Amino acid sequence: MNETTLEVPYEIPVDAHNPVEPFLRMDRMPHIWCPGCGIGTTVNCFTRALLDSKADLDKVAIVSGIGCTGRVAGYASLDSFHTTHGRAIPFATGLKLANPELQVVVYSGDGDLFAIGGNHFIHAARRNMDLKVICVNNLTYAMTGGQTAPTTPSHVISATSPYGVFEPAFNLVALAEAAGASYVARWTTYHVKQLARSMEEVLKKKGFCFIEVLSPCPTLYQRRNKMGDGLDTMKFYKQASKVRHGAPTSECALTKSGEIVVGKFVDRDRPGYFELLNAQMTETLGERYAEPEVVCGNC
Amino acid sequence: MHADPKGVLTGVHFLDGDHACCEGTLAAGARFSAGYPITPSTEVVERFASRIPTVGGIFIQMEDELAASIAIQGAVWGGAKAFTVTSGPGFSLMMEHLGYAAMTETPCVFVNVQRGGPSTGLPTLPAQADMMQARWGSHGDYGIIALCPNSPQECFDLTVTAFNLAEEFRVPVMMMLDECVGHMTEKVVIPEAERIQVTPRRYTKRQPADFRLYEPLADQVPDMVRAGEGYRFHVTGLTHDDRGYPSMNVETQDRHVRRLQDKLKPLANGRALSETENLEDAEVVVVSYGITSRVAQRALQLARQQGIRAGKFRLISAWPFPEARIAELAGRVKAFVVPELNLGQMVHEVARAAAGKAKVMPVTHAGGGVHPPETILNAIVEAVR
Amino acid sequence: MAKGFVSITVERCKGCGFCVEFCPTHVLALSSAYNSKGYHAPHIVSAEKCSGCDLCGMYCPDFAIFGARYAR
Repeated sequence: MNETTLEVPYEIPVDAHNPVEPFLRMDRMPHIWCPGCGIGTTVNCFTRALLDSKADLDKVAIVSGIGCTGRVAGYASLDSFHTTHGRAIPFATGLKLANPELQVVVYSGDGDLFAIGGNHFIHAARRNMDLKVICVNNLTYAMTGGQTAPTTPSHVISATSPYGVFEPAFNLVALAEAAGASYVARWTTYHVKQLARSMEEVLKKKGFCFIEVLSPCPTLYQRRNKMGDGLDTMKFYKQASKVRHGAPTSECALTKSGEIVVGKFVDRDRPGYFELLNAQMTETLGERYAEPEVVCGNC
Repeated sequence: MHADPKGVLTGVHFLDGDHACCEGTLAAGARFSAGYPITPSTEVVERFASRIPTVGGIFIQMEDELAASIAIQGAVWGGAKAFTVTSGPGFSLMMEHLGYAAMTETPCVFVNVQRGGPSTGLPTLPAQADMMQARWGSHGDYGIIALCPNSPQECFDLTVTAFNLAEEFRVPVMMMLDECVGHMTEKVVIPEAERIQVTPRRYTKRQPADFRLYEPLADQVPDMVRAGEGYRFHVTGLTHDDRGYPSMNVETQDRHVRRLQDKLKPLANGRALSETENLEDAEVVVVSYGITSRVAQRALQLARQQGIRAGKFRLISAWPFPEARIAELAGRVKAFVVPELNLGQMVHEVARAAAGKAKVMPVTHAGGGVHPPETILNAIVEAVR
Repeated sequence: MAKGFVSITVERCKGCGFCVEFCPTHVLALSSAYNSKGYHAPHIVSAEKCSGCDLCGMYCPDFAIFGARYAR
């Protein structure tokens, strides 16, 4: 691709570069996401969180499921895994348990994580598995053409609900808290600074952490519901969002056009999987217990 | 290289097939297992859960078979040797990740202790009706390896072989037990660690800048890396190029999918695992595997007593199917008799390889028990008539 | 002189307008020109106002723009 840069009325330092570039496989650009889609915006926030957290990028692995957000793994210049639909979390569980020094981030969409992958989500949260789960919630199945998801709000029109959704939707932050997540936050793609800060926090926090990011899908969700384009959605987020840190997650359900409660809702310390494993085995087996050394040393 | 002595329970034991299989995983170097309980396979991971905390490793009981069969692959890319265990209904659920392992060339082992099906079927009773599912159960074209032990000793030995083949070919390997073999208790001799050969993972010696994750070597298998070593690699179930990047076009699909099958060709020919007896003068050959091969042994004895020149061909590696051997035999015998605990699965492979040069007779059984040896004998008698 | 600058990779832009809308100092506007994919990329209308805050870079879903402060 011809990477033309505009004639600019001032000098750009020769060593200037886009801060996201070291984190991305630039040889794979342009990405597949539509104009006005917010997934790329969340990736910006993630890369800045990685930068600010001073994480050793060789020790960060990213695991995605299937769908538009599932493609994030393929663009991140990290050890990256594009798994099967809904199974990013159990794959990540195996990866983390085998190699605990890895920081394992699960980056996927709402349909992937909460419909086909819903069971895995609640169990990983129950175990307080040390995974950082970032859910880009565009309220629909975008990759397949905008069908109803378990997050699609009532009255919305979708490809499989042509007369309007009537099933109640999941409130993801309440679900995550109830299942045992150590950290639960929600932002929108309008809240880039706050989102980057939240992502940085979870990179530094132990245990199962969950961030929901509302993101526009202008091609399939907003268009079908006459809600404008990506920019209109961003303006809607700006106008409809209310920051309420610590709000009871039960009060944070989303509706088609109502208030969007954003903020950090849960930040608690629960013992993690390894802590509990080691405590139980030491109690039962005493000196006979050998701490896991799963990575095959000489093979 | 030889096995890590930490996991090897050297000695003479009295074990059932499931437990022997577990000891095989430990001897082979597996330090990670994810499972979900299902009869008649659960004893494998029950023993692993009991043994692993003193060996140093992880057993995690996942929320379902989908999770178990992908968690092991996460562990493999993290650097572990890993396996899962299941039976019929769980094996059906694992098909998704059998395909993922084949596509992403993730070395791992699936143990399937076969029971009667379809659906919930006969949870506590034997069958051999998942043989075609093992080969073709996930969508698309790919290759796998399947091994069929017929004794607890082989459950140990072949489990080690399964891990070794998985590493050599970077492929998922199925251990196809049946309920009888899984629950049969016999003497099992576990050698000293230095007498157990273990195949190390084919980790690349190249530096990250020169390494391409799916660039095949001379044996058509690419070398591997694990996460956290600075390679910043990408793994996807999408059709991918040598770099591992999605590349969805006719050329890449053709090259990649053909290689997934072609890399296993050595096992379809010279390196196929089998046990044979009396093939030199055979006019009829009984092709069998797993528990049925032990019933067939009696039928073969009875046939020889009657003066029938009956020979034995026991499939140990059922997949890739040893077609070269069967084709060669087809040129010089009258018939093949193929007893199995299903309504006819591997018999179709025998017929395909025999290509009309010898008669092929199925001896079917819907599962839940084993054949009476006389049933197989009758088929042998009929075959030479 | 401006405190910062923005750099735009026109060919990567898909014309969503996020950077233009959310630039706190209104440095940008969508250009009437098309890039080769047919999108209107942003161009700089008030370079002197740029603080180099990189909010445009954080919003841009296509990694097509970023801002930075001049070294002092």
